Amino acid sequence: MNYQLNPNLLSNDVERKSARQGFGDEITELAKGNKRIVVLDADLGESLRLEEYKKKFPSRFIQMGVAEANMISVAAGLALEGFIPFTSSFACFTPYQAVSQIRISVAYNKANVKIIGGHAGIVTGGDGASHQALEDIAIMRSIPNITVFSPCDYWQMRKCVKVAAKISGPVYIRFSRRDVPMITTGKTPFRINECQVLRDGTDGTILAHGESVYRALLAAETLYKEKKLDFAVLNVHTIKPLDEKTILKYAKRTRAFVVVEDHQIAGGLCGAVSEYLAENYPIPVQFVGIRDKFGESGDPEKLLKKFHIDVEDIIEAGMKIRERKRMFVYNK
Amino acid sequence: MDKTQIERLQQKALLIRRDLTEMLFRSASGHWGGSLGLADVFTVLFFGGILRYNAKKPEAKDRDRFILSNGHIAPLYYTVLEHAGFFGDKKPALRKIGSPLQGHPSHTHLAVVETSTGPLGQGVGVAVGKAIALKMQGSSARVFCITSDGEHEEGSTWEAVASAGKYRLDNLIYILDRNHVQISGTTEDVGNLGNIGARYRDLGWEVLEVNGHDIGKLLRLFDSFKYKSRKPRIVIARTIMGKGVKQIENDYHYHGKAPSEKEYLMAMAELK
Repeated sequence: MNYQLNPNLLSNDVERKSARQGFGDEITELAKGNKRIVVLDADLGESLRLEEYKKKFPSRFIQMGVAEANMISVAAGLALEGFIPFTSSFACFTPYQAVSQIRISVAYNKANVKIIGGHAGIVTGGDGASHQALEDIAIMRSIPNITVFSPCDYWQMRKCVKVAAKISGPVYIRFSRRDVPMITTGKTPFRINECQVLRDGTDGTILAHGESVYRALLAAETLYKEKKLDFAVLNVHTIKPLDEKTILKYAKRTRAFVVVEDHQIAGGLCGAVSEYLAENYPIPVQFVGIRDKFGESGDPEKLLKKFHIDVEDIIEAGMKIRERKRMFVYNK
Repeated sequence: MDKTQIERLQQKALLIRRDLTEMLFRSASGHWGGSLGLADVFTVLFFGGILRYNAKKPEAKDRDRFILSNGHIAPLYYTVLEHAGFFGDKKPALRKIGSPLQGHPSHTHLAVVETSTGPLGQGVGVAVGKAIALKMQGSSARVFCITSDGEHEEGSTWEAVASAGKYRLDNLIYILDRNHVQISGTTEDVGNLGNIGARYRDLGWEVLEVNGHDIGKLLRLFDSFKYKSRKPRIVIARTIMGKGVKQIENDYHYHGKAPSEKEYLMAMAELK
């Protein structure tokens, strides 16, 4: 499939932009044409790039103060009366500070609330473990009725926001703080029930979400050039519902998976993919994620290395999975 | 308001107490004490011409929104809904598989339920969201939210109270079931609520107090809701948990319990 990706993607001077800027830009655009859109903020509007939105739509910007639990309940009330509320905060606050509100007032009610979780992952860096959301996907994907997005870059974030407004029901969007390479372009299609095959291959498949997708692509490139291993790369931007069709297709085709994420292995994409494979098509899977640990303060790049979720770790996992694939007895 | 109306409502409240006791006895699980305690308040709201609703059109746009934030007194809510005609000829059972009468009110199982409740400190916030939404839409509908004193031990309840005060939600009315009893004991022993009225006033609310069992006074006070206020309003209704069944009144052991057969017979003999 032609995704019309950024032609500069693998060059050193690839353009970078943050997903949070994508949130601010897209919500401002969307609100122009849709009067049902409202934004609730828990005192982090500037960090989530909402200045422009706030200026243009002051009557549809509701400042809730540092009170995430109530922000979610109030959003549920607005949604049940026909509005499309986007709640904006960091992933370390929503879901965590408001899990019961998300579970009952939003998910159980099937309230049309869109929960924005910015500054996710260990790459949040300096703020330290308290602010590095590493379990948010596990929480959100285990609650029924919630769609979970983890866009890989600025443009994909914009599309997630747009699609979220169209879907009827709760949506969670998680993304990181910093400027990240632009993998996709404004023209790249986005389908909720289809993960993107960014690179085809036969020796194995690397599955990733969020800004880890870029590291997966770099690792696949190195595996190909230096190790003569041909890995496919899937961008699993929608973690729930999982695109089981494409995952099964690549499980059958490549018979070895590497799952990569800036999140705990438990309950994240690693968990989601494994749950599906265990029941439907067991193959060896190697995880590149956080292994039951809290993060710490530091430079994001150094943290990726220290917690073993960097490009080198993906390459190593690729080599390992190749060995395991050789030893594995597959079901006919 | 006249004497016959008050007598009629007192009769209604008695019938509702009997029916909810029956419902709880049949289901053999559910919260009896608080349901009895708030029966007078519910009766005046639903049958005293206060709350605007249409049992045939539970989702009519101009209805007043009614939220039971302390969802555990669902047996009272369901009994009142039944008396108000929301179930038609049907008589669904409480807490049984496939029934719309879930142990705690569920929006997905029963359309008239504005929002699912159960965990405390949420319905109060959803009520704020609905009040904001109705104001944005220019609707004249009001939001009534029942809450309990125990629910005021939840931090998120105070987040909701603060936000309603901030946005001057003059279309929002809370009614607080002030019975001083929660599941493990008195609200004084279990928690630390301070002066609830003063806390509300401080956050921008108009605070009203009433004897929650005096039908005449409740009618007069609730009737004043037709006049606009410039603030959100809370009615602190002083009530007795278990009201109407002497042996269980104010006994916290009956907060979360359904009547045994013996208690059921005793209660039915008393509720006459």
